[in-house]
Amino acid sequence: MEAVASRPIARLDRRIFLALPALIWFLGFLLIPLFIVVIYSLATRGEYGAVTFNFSLGNYFRIFDSVYLKIFLRSLQLAAVTSISCLLLGFPVAYVMATASPRWRQILMAMVVIPFWTNFVIRAYAIKFLLSDYGLINSLGMFLHLWSEPIYFSNSAFSVWLGMVTNYIPFMILPLYVSLEKFDFTMLEAARDLGASSWNSFWKVLVPLIKTGLITGLIFVFTPALGEFVVPDLLGGAKTMLIGNLITEQFMKTRDWPFGSALSLLLIVAVLVSLTIYLTNRDSRVQH
Amino acid sequence: MSSTKPKPSRFYGVISALTFIMIYVPLATLVVFSFRAPTGWTFDWYTKIFSDQQIIEALGMSFFVGTVSTAISIVLGTAAALTLERTRFKGRGAFDILTHIPIIMPETVMGLSLLIWFVFLGVTLGSFSMIVAHVTFTLSYVIITVRTRLQGMDPQMEEAARDLGASPWQTFWKVTFPLVRPGIVSGGLLAFTLSFDDFLVTFFTAGAGSDTLPMKIYSMTKYGVSPEINALSTLMLVLTLVGVLVIGAREKLSSPR
Repeated sequence: MEAVASRPIARLDRRIFLALPALIWFLGFLLIPLFIVVIYSLATRGEYGAVTFNFSLGNYFRIFDSVYLKIFLRSLQLAAVTSISCLLLGFPVAYVMATASPRWRQILMAMVVIPFWTNFVIRAYAIKFLLSDYGLINSLGMFLHLWSEPIYFSNSAFSVWLGMVTNYIPFMILPLYVSLEKFDFTMLEAARDLGASSWNSFWKVLVPLIKTGLITGLIFVFTPALGEFVVPDLLGGAKTMLIGNLITEQFMKTRDWPFGSALSLLLIVAVLVSLTIYLTNRDSRVQH
Repeated sequence: MSSTKPKPSRFYGVISALTFIMIYVPLATLVVFSFRAPTGWTFDWYTKIFSDQQIIEALGMSFFVGTVSTAISIVLGTAAALTLERTRFKGRGAFDILTHIPIIMPETVMGLSLLIWFVFLGVTLGSFSMIVAHVTFTLSYVIITVRTRLQGMDPQMEEAARDLGASPWQTFWKVTFPLVRPGIVSGGLLAFTLSFDDFLVTFFTAGAGSDTLPMKIYSMTKYGVSPEINALSTLMLVLTLVGVLVIGAREKLSSPR
C-alpha cells in the first residue's frame, strides 16, 4: 500500500474534494451532535424539561451518587458476565470452525453470521416466547411431567443472560475465528513433541498467538453490552435499571437531558478506552 | 492450508452444539409457532398482520427510510472511498478514523446525540430525521465496502486511462465505476439491510407516529407474546435474510478467493 505514496504528486489531486460531502455529513451529524452532548452535560435541567446553560459540573457529581454507582456496577457486571460467557461458549465454536473442512467451515460460518443479521428485538422476543408461561419449554416440561405448574422463566436473570449471550456471541466468535484460522496448528504438535502438557501448550502456545482475536472479541462484546438496554428491558421485565435504561429514561421519560448527556459521555469514554486498546492491539499485530 | 489440523475434542463439539441450540431453538420456535393454530396449522396470523393498517404503514416506512438513506450513502460513500484509496492528503488518517466512529460508537449515544441536535435545530422528528440518522451509520459501511473493492483494483488502470487522454469524469465512468460496481452494490445492500434492521438509532430519532417495522415489533412485544408478533417477526427475519443471502452470493461471485 505504501508503495503508492512514494509516487511523486505533481499537482493537487482534485479527487480529494470527493470526500467533502461525506466529511461535511460526519461533521454535521456525528461530531457536532457529540459536541452538543458535551455542552448539554454541563447544563442544568429547569422546569418541565427546559434546559439552563449554566455550565456546571453538577451532572457529573450526581453520577457518584450511590444510587447511580450501583447501576454502573450492575451494568459492568452484566457486561463482564456476558463477555466471559461469550468467550467460554464462543471459543469452542471458533476452534471447531478453524479446524473444520472448508465445506463445514462455510456452513458453520453461515450459522454464526445469520443470527448476527436477525433483528435483536426479534431475537429477544423469540427467547421471551420460548420461555413464556405456556411456551415450548414450559409446555414440554409439563407434558413430560417434569414440573406441574409453568415455571416463571421470563423476566429472570436467566432469560436476560440467554438474551445477552446469544445477542453478542457472533462478535466474539468472528475475531476468535480470524485469529485461530491463521494459527499454525502444527505448533501445538511441536509443543507436545517437545514435552509440553496439553495444558501448557494451550496456555503458552495457543493463547499468546491468538491474543489479538481474544482481546478484540472481548472488546466487541463488552463495549456494546455495557450500554445495552433493550435485551434487559424485554427479557428482564424492565425491573433492573442499567446504564442503558437510565440514559434512555433521561431522554424519553424524565426529560433530564443534561444528566442523560453526562451519563452518555461516560459510555463514550468507555468506548474510547476500548477503541484505544483495540487499535494498539491491532497495530502490534501488524508489526510482527 | 496444508498444515495438519487436529480434530477438536468432543467437549468442544458439545459446547458448540449447545451454543447453536441456544441461538437457533428460540428462532425456530418462533417461526414454527407463527403457523400454529389451536388445532393444526394456519396462515391466519399472516393475513391478520397484512390487514393491519399500522403494520403496513410501518413496513412502508422501513422501505422508504431504507431506500433513501441507502441512495445517499452510496453517492457520498463511493466518493469518499475514492478519495481515501486513491489520494494522499494531510488529515487522511484522521478522516479514516472519523469514518470508523459510527461503527464503534454505541448506537444509543448516536441516537440521543442526534435527538438533541434535531430538537436544537428545530427539525421535526419523522422520516426526515430518521433518514439523516440512518445515513450517519450506513455511510461508514458503504465507505468500507467500496474501499475494500478499490484495494483489490489496480490503480494503474485509472492512470493508464488518464495518460491516454480520458478526462477524470470519463475515467470514473468508463474505468473505475464498472470495476468498483460490485463493491457499491454490496455496500448498498448492506446499508439497506442495516437501515431496515435498525432499532436503537430509530428509537431516538423517529418521533411520535412514524414507526418502522422493528419499532412496531418492539412496541407490540412490550404487551407480551402473541401469534401475530410471531408472524410479523418471521416476515422480518425472511426479509433481512434474503438481503444477506444476496450480499453473500454476490461476494462469492465477485471475489476470486
